Parts: sequence; structure tokens; C-alpha cells
Amino acid sequence: MNSLVVAAVLLVLLGLAYQVGWSRSRTVAVGADRRLHSRPAYHGTLAAIWVLVPVALVLGLWALFGPGVTDSYIRSQIPADVAASLEPAQLNNAMARIRSIASGYGVLGEPQPFENQAGQALRQFQLISFLIVIAAAAGLGVLALFAARRRITPALRARNQVEAVVNALLVACSAVAILTTIGIVVSLLFEAIRFFTFISPVDFFFGTVWNPRFSTTGTGGEGDYGLIPLLWGTVMVAFIAMFVAVPVGLMSAIYLSQYAHPRLRSTVKPIIEVLAGIPTIVYGFFALVTVGPFLSGIGNAVGLDIRATSAATAGLVMGIMIIPFISSLSDDILRQVPKSLRDGSLGLGATRSETIRKVILPAALPGIVGAFLLAISRAIGETMIVVLAAGNSPILRLNPFEPTSTVTVTIVNQLTGDTDFAGPQSLVAFALGLTLFAMTLVLNVAALLIVRRFREQYE
Amino acid sequence: MDMIAGRGNMAEQNTDKAAKVDTLSDRRVRVSTRDVCVFYGEKQALYDVSIDVPDRAVTSFIGPSGCGKSTFLRCINRMNDTIEGARVTGKIDLDGDDVYDPSLDVVELRSRIGMVFQKPNPFPKSVYENIAYGPKIHGLANSKSDLDEIVVSSLRKAGLFEEVKDRLHEPGTGLSGGQQQRLCIARAIAVGPEVILMDEPCSALDPIATAVIEELIDELRENFTIVIVTHSMQQAARVSQKTAFFHLGKLIEEGPTEQIFTNPVHKQTQDYIMGRIG
Ligand SMILES: Nc1ncnc2c1ncn2[C@@H]1O[C@H](COP(=O)(O)OP(=O)(O)OP(=O)(O)O)[C@@H](O)[C@H]1O
Ligand SMILES: [Mg+2]
Repeated sequence: MNSLVVAAVLLVLLGLAYQVGWSRSRTVAVGADRRLHSRPAYHGTLAAIWVLVPVALVLGLWALFGPGVTDSYIRSQIPADVAASLEPAQLNNAMARIRSIASGYGVLGEPQPFENQAGQALRQFQLISFLIVIAAAAGLGVLALFAARRRITPALRARNQVEAVVNALLVACSAVAILTTIGIVVSLLFEAIRFFTFISPVDFFFGTVWNPRFSTTGTGGEGDYGLIPLLWGTVMVAFIAMFVAVPVGLMSAIYLSQYAHPRLRSTVKPIIEVLAGIPTIVYGFFALVTVGPFLSGIGNAVGLDIRATSAATAGLVMGIMIIPFISSLSDDILRQVPKSLRDGSLGLGATRSETIRKVILPAALPGIVGAFLLAISRAIGETMIVVLAAGNSPILRLNPFEPTSTVTVTIVNQLTGDTDFAGPQSLVAFALGLTLFAMTLVLNVAALLIVRRFREQYE
Repeated sequence: MDMIAGRGNMAEQNTDKAAKVDTLSDRRVRVSTRDVCVFYGEKQALYDVSIDVPDRAVTSFIGPSGCGKSTFLRCINRMNDTIEGARVTGKIDLDGDDVYDPSLDVVELRSRIGMVFQKPNPFPKSVYENIAYGPKIHGLANSKSDLDEIVVSSLRKAGLFEEVKDRLHEPGTGLSGGQQQRLCIARAIAVGPEVILMDEPCSALDPIATAVIEELIDELRENFTIVIVTHSMQQAARVSQKTAFFHLGKLIEEGPTEQIFTNPVHKQTQDYIMGRIG
């Protein structure tokens, strides 16, 4: 209700401001030599911006300080003797009950008289304060509108000012994304540094044993935090995944972009892309329930000991998950290769496959390698499939048919259950996260650089 | 085979140039087309084009932009196959064999009919590799030195060798527009096609480079069949023995170049040559 009123007031004010700015600019522009610098629409927009700023300021301040003011009002409504007799927790509870009474939701049990009274008072207070805020906002807005109206002259560079505001808005939005990234990285970094006060970086990065004993007391008994087994597991699973996904994905991209009839392509491509939309947890239990037993069945048949949950199972299913990623990206890249190159090759009497192997693939190679790198970073960061299907066994083993564990799985393990972020057992997650982030960052940057080089070649 | 003789009116009108016409009409017909229509989707781009291209001569296609010259050229080596929605009807023969016969090997056809495209399209490979590409896939060179030989002679013929001899191993896409055009010509002649289709091969060239290419065309004519699309009347007059004038997708008039330029039958042809349509 309140927010509806606010929105309505705001809309009316902005509409009015636009209208005033628009018509005022037309009025001042009469006379032969008084050409407007900017179109009336810009004057209108500028006036609306002038109004928006103070209104938003008032509303923002209220959103920021309103709750605090209300709280202290509620406290002042609780009789002093009652307040003195209550524990802090009980006091909070009473305040919550008063708020509920004021909003008319009702409370559990019979409200005490002081609660009822305070509730009524709060209700009035809320109404009045809301009216004051709205009136203040609207009043300031109208004042701003007058100021804006007076500024309007034919020479006013309204267009440039509006553009500057739009520009600032866009910058602010991208700043949000960048600041978030920086914030995440910085917090990862600080927590990781805290972890390294427990375990030396050398032991972490070069240790070959992973055995973080969970000590319930939180003192002593730190255990071993060697990254190598996890890193090896990650690399092995990612490698198996790429081994599956690269040939299949690339071949299907070549088929789609070079051989398939456009009508076929336009139906097949979306279907392949649906594969990318399947939640990874679904792939995970597909791996656990179907692929794992199937692989170990094959193993039995040929006399090999293949475990149902293993690096191979996880890698295979992850590869299937990545196929659409590679095929769709590569397809786009292959289709970006100018048709004139293909024609040039065909015109010399080259076959289709010669053209693809010797002209189109080399021309698209940087872009395709970029796609591969993006896919690898996807594989490295993938969690659900490995949690379910890799067997969770952080031991350094070369055999891909044995269970293994990855960095992501270990992060999950370290953070599930009771965690207090005081000991290395949970802090290690940040160090692992940082490692993972660094790996994918390097891969992504490499991919971007390569893809950019490819773009420059043709555009 | 006797199609040219069938076009009686040409021969009659050019009695004074009888010698020339005779030599042309004596020539074997390399490519002969009958009632060729081309459709791009619903839109028809060519209407019933019938023409004979004589062996060991230069035939030029002229006509205003968008009249279908490139389209017709692409029909001859079936490059229209690669265009989505393009459809060709009618009959096109190369040495009496139907080019659109389903049993025909398109790859072989295109190695016999080379093409220089309207827009230069060098591969993103080195200058050397651009030219060596064709000879390699057709196994024309037995050794590295054979290949070098082919590359150098092709570049020489296209008048490009002197300019690029120090940068044979730099990307062909780094050359200037006109150099790329000559690179594409060199690339086409390196595979030694019997028929060469050239779509405005001199559009980006200065008069000197143009002269080199025209010399090349004249030289190639001794052994090959050449079709050239050009917007330059002077060029058509200089290099070709036979000229065909297209307008709005129709073949308006064809005949010995001398006759087309001195004594055209159709008013449209005359207007175009005099620069009144275009
Ligand atoms: N790929 C295509 N798809 C659809 N229409 C096309 C295509 N290529 C050419 N056309 C159309 O066919 C007609 C003939 O085009 P074409 O390229 O053969 O002209 P042109 O005589 O070579 O012209 P120019 O001298 O400008 O090169 C034009 O109307 C053109 O718009
Ligand atoms: Mg053309």
C-alpha cells in the first residue's frame, strides 16, 4: 500500500516535471533568433531528473534511518517500569509483538495492555511519519521542479546534461558488477591468508596428503592439507571430460555448420543446447545410477576392476555435459568464417572435407581453442557431478578407474556440517576456492585473448 | 557444336570483319548454355540465357550492375550450389557433357573450371600457402622445388612476384586490395584449369597492374578458354574476342567483340556502350 502510494506520487511528479520542462522549453524558444540548443524532450527529461534526485534522496534517507527512528519510538512507548523488568530478549520480543499489533496481523496469545496501547500509538506514528516523508519528498520535488524550470533557456545544454546522467548511470551499473567481483576476490584472499597462518603455503601447495582431521575441540590436531591429490583429481576428471567432449562436440559443430541443411540445423541445434540446460545434479545422479554401474559391468565382463564411482565415471558424464557447450560455441565460430573463403577453396576444386580441414578449421582455430578453454574452466569448476560420481576419495592415484576427489568436492565437504571458520578445517575452503578461481581465471583470460585475436582477423 | 554458325545475323553484319568472325566461329565450343534461368528463392535473377563460349578465346560479359553477370558466371562451375536457395534450370555443357548431370563430379569440374571471385578472398595463410594450396590438393607438384616453381611462376604471371618476393611467408590477408586480387588470380591459374572464369579481375587495379593482367589474359588465351566479367568497355574491347551484353537478367546481345562495339543490333546495347544506361 505504502509503496504503491510512493510509486504513484513519484510517477505523477516525474510526468509533471517532464511536461513542464517540455512546454517551458518550447515557450522560451519563440522568436526567430532563439533556437533551442536541445530538443524539448531533453529539457523534459532533464527536469524529471532534477525532480527525481531530491525525492530519491528523501526516500532513501527514510529507508536508511526510518527503521531506527521507529524502533526508538516503540521503545519510548513501552512504560519504563515494564522495560526495566524485561530481559533484552524479552524486550525484543515485546517490540516485535507491538509491531505486529500495529500492522494488524494480530499476535499469539492475549496482548498485554501496554502492548495494545503502544501498538495503537505506533500505528499513528507510522501514518504520520509516512505522510511527513511523502510530503517532504513531494515538496522538495516541486521546489526542484521550479528551480529546473527557471534554468530553462534556449541555450541550456539539456541534451549534453541528460547524456552525462545516462552515462553516469551506466558506469554505476557496471561498477556494481566490478565491485562485487573485487569484493569476492578480496574476501577469498583475506580468508585464505588466515588459513595460511595455520598451514604454510608450501605444505598446502606441495603436500601430497589430504587428511584434514576434524577436531571437535578446535585446538591442535590440524591434519594434512596437501593440495596435490585434489588438483590431480580435478585435472584428471577435466581431462577425461575433454577427451569425451572435444571430438564429439567438434565433429557435431562441423556437421552442423558445414554439412547440415539449414532446416535440420535449426531444429538440431536447439535440441543440443537443451543438453546444456539440464541441471548438473541430474547429470550427477545419471552418473551414479546408470553410467557408474554400466562402466563397472563392462569392467567385470573384460576382467578389469572398475569401480562404479570413479574419475572415469565423473569425467565421462561431465564430458557429455560439456558437449553442447563446445559444439554450440564452435558452430558459431565456424559459421563466422566468411563464406568467401569456403567458396575460394571449393572454386579451386577442393572437396568439402579438404576445405574444412585446410581452410575453415585453421581460420577458426583460435576461436575454437578459446571455446575449448572455456569448456575446461567449466569442467574444473563443476561440482555436482563429481560430488556424486567421483567417489570422494582424496588420495593420489593414477588409475582413472579408482575413486578420486576434486577441489570443488573438497570445498563442499569442508563446509558442510558445523563450521566455525576459526580453524583450518573450514578456512581451507577459501584457499581451495582461491586456487580454483586462479585456475579458471587464467583459462578464461587466455580464452578471451585468443577469441579476440580471432575476431580482429575478420571484422 | 554449330551453334555459333546458327546465329546468322552476326556473321552477315560483319562482312568487313569476316576474317575475325570466321576464326571465332571455327573455334570449338567449350561451354554452351541453353535457356539457363537462375532463381534466388522466389526471385528470378537470370532469364533464358543461351550462349556459346569458344575455346582458346576471351569472352567478356558486360552489363549494368546487378544484371546477373556474376550469377551466370557462377552457374558455369556450379558455385551457385553453395548459395542457399539458389536454383538453376536449363542446360550447361562443358565439352558436350552436362555440367548439372547428377553423376558428374563437382570437385573435378571445378578443378577444370577455375574461378577468380569478384571480391578478393585470400585464405588467412601465407602468400606462398595461398598459391600452393590448389597444386597441393591436386597433387600437381612432386617435390618442394616443383611447388616453389609453380608458386613463383604463378605470381610472376599475375604480375605480383616482384612486390611480394620478400614476403612470401607473410599472411596473404595483409596485402593491399589490388595485391590480393592478383594473388587470387595467381591462385586460380596455379592449378592449371582449362577454363578460367574471372569476375572483374581488375576492379581494384591501377592502369599498370591492369595492363599486366590483360597481358596475362592474352597469353592464357593461347591455351585456355577465358570468360571475363568487366565494367570497363575499353577492357572488354581490348582483351576479348567475343562479348555478351546482359541487362536485367536477360542476355540482350552477343557476338564478336568488334561487332558489338562498332555495330550493335540492339539499341540497349548501343546505349550501354555509349554510357547511356548503367
Ligand atoms: N546470394 C544471392 N541471394 C539473392 N539474390 C542474389 C544473390 N546474389 C545475387 N543476387 C541477385 O541477383 C541479381 C544479379 O546479381 P549478380 O551478382 O549476378 O549481378 P552482377 O551483374 O554481377 O552485378 P555487379 O556488376 O554489381 O557485380 C541481383 O539482383 C542480385 O540482387
Ligand atoms: Mg558481379
